[in-house]
Amino acid sequence: MIETARRYWDETMTIILDQTIAQKQQNWLTAILGRQTFWVLIAVVLACIFLSFATDSFATAKNLYNITRNVTFIAIVALGMTLVIISGGIDLSVGSVLCLCSMVLAVVMHAGYSIEVGIAASISTALLIGAFNGILIAYLGFPPFVVTLGMLSIARSLAMVASNNTVVYQFGPDHDKLLALGGGAWLLGIANPVLYMIVLALLTGYLLRWTRFGRYVFAIGDNEHAATLTGIPVRKIKVAVYMISALSAGIAGIIQTGWLGAVTTNIGAGMELQVIAAAVIGGANLAGGVGTASGALIGAALIEVIRNSLGLLGINAFWQGTFIGGAIVLAVLFDRIRNFRHSE
Amino acid sequence: MAVLELTNISKHFGAIQAVNDVSLSLEAGQVVGLMGDNGAGKSTLVKMIAGNFRPSHGTMYLNGVELVLHRPVEARQHGIEIVHQDLALCNNLTAAANVFLGREMCRAFGPLRVLDYRTMYRRAGEIFRELKSETRSRDLVKQMSGGQRQAVAIARTMLSEATIVLMDEPTAAISVRQVAEVLNLIRHLRDRGIAVVLISHRMPDVFTVADRVIVMRRGRKVADKHIATSSPEEVTGLITGAIEQV
Repeated sequence: MIETARRYWDETMTIILDQTIAQKQQNWLTAILGRQTFWVLIAVVLACIFLSFATDSFATAKNLYNITRNVTFIAIVALGMTLVIISGGIDLSVGSVLCLCSMVLAVVMHAGYSIEVGIAASISTALLIGAFNGILIAYLGFPPFVVTLGMLSIARSLAMVASNNTVVYQFGPDHDKLLALGGGAWLLGIANPVLYMIVLALLTGYLLRWTRFGRYVFAIGDNEHAATLTGIPVRKIKVAVYMISALSAGIAGIIQTGWLGAVTTNIGAGMELQVIAAAVIGGANLAGGVGTASGALIGAALIEVIRNSLGLLGINAFWQGTFIGGAIVLAVLFDRIRNFRHSE
Repeated sequence: MAVLELTNISKHFGAIQAVNDVSLSLEAGQVVGLMGDNGAGKSTLVKMIAGNFRPSHGTMYLNGVELVLHRPVEARQHGIEIVHQDLALCNNLTAAANVFLGREMCRAFGPLRVLDYRTMYRRAGEIFRELKSETRSRDLVKQMSGGQRQAVAIARTMLSEATIVLMDEPTAAISVRQVAEVLNLIRHLRDRGIAVVLISHRMPDVFTVADRVIVMRRGRKVADKHIATSSPEEVTGLITGAIEQV
């Protein structure tokens, strides 16, 4: 097993190196320097170093624990969103789907069912919504923007219907289990949501890089017509992509419910924009065909570090939007400059 | 013996008669130039062979056995490959990834099945060498010249043991030097014993590389003769209708 893993690792490294070398016909350093994800990562690291010196409160265990945990909700949903964006689509409904899934979990558990039943109901809801979005988009030719905009409205409204627009904070017999699931730290003092995020990121990375499914998502995003002509089941793949996106929102919803210990109907409001921002800052191209799992994580991290640092530096919270918006424009500007140089 | 035989094939879309009573045969190791004006029925004819359309009338025989195709995939399974006019390439993927698109090779990794990058790079590299193309497996299609892109599209047809390759306007949008490259690729296919159908508007290409020329006009086949016995002037006349039929 170890031998297999080592060979796998060697091959992966060889391929990555070979690819970067061959693609740019320059050395690997130049290739890494050409990646948007790398520069965003540098920005995150520099910001962290700066904040460690500039404030007393940044580099404390408690604050770092907070940051890593806060990153996860955006990051997990951004993983699903990255897939959608690579396929050339967009999913505006994730914030509302997160809310509905949280509410389904809360209402089902509040009614006295076990945590397993609650999670099953919540996940099923997510998959159903994803399938609905996907089928309308892939089989009936609706624009993704319109379908998911509609779902943004529908899902939040359904969450209000399900809860009668109340706050749910009692989760029946398995109340403590749910809170431990989202709020605990079962391994080495790392917050549980962070563990889930890492596992899900590895899974997404595996899907994108090592499976036919991932390959097809990239192909569809770049040239859907070509994908169809070469016999790729374009419609099924698209439905699956929207189901994964909704699923990621559902999972984030379950974890967030456990962490917060209460669900209101405005949880996840406006989240879709932060998630899309994370994906785009992480290098996903809204035109389709480009994006990585690691980028989604790093993009989410940059947004959270900006948010956190403004508070610690005592800057008025009203400035948050300006800084996050600036980060989006900067990240994409970098990409534009690189393309500009290429075309010259 | 003919690899593919079409007898009295017609295709109409509603009231429009796109292909009208066409019979022809393809021989192994022969390049057939298929010429005609826009709307003459060339593409419709080729799309019936490739499984995109079903003929309204008539029968196709592959190696003497009747051939009925419902989907393009079935044509591929029978060894009939098509190179589309727009090449159907993904710019964001490598040459190898494009060659194997829809037919990726996988290998077992523990309980998982993962893409077999190494084998696909190697196999694609072998095909490019065989085609005497300078295309490299690991290069992104985005960065390639028109000729290299053609090589990638043609390499697809060599993954399986194709017997018939249909090419739709392969030289329409590339530079003069690249045209020579593509014509060489076509010769390679022919030398492997593949029957090639070359749809083209470009007279010099057909007269350089084809063994036979078939001319269509308004859905009908108006000529089918060896290249040596024809001339560009005659073909032009057939295409425009100045010469009725030969």
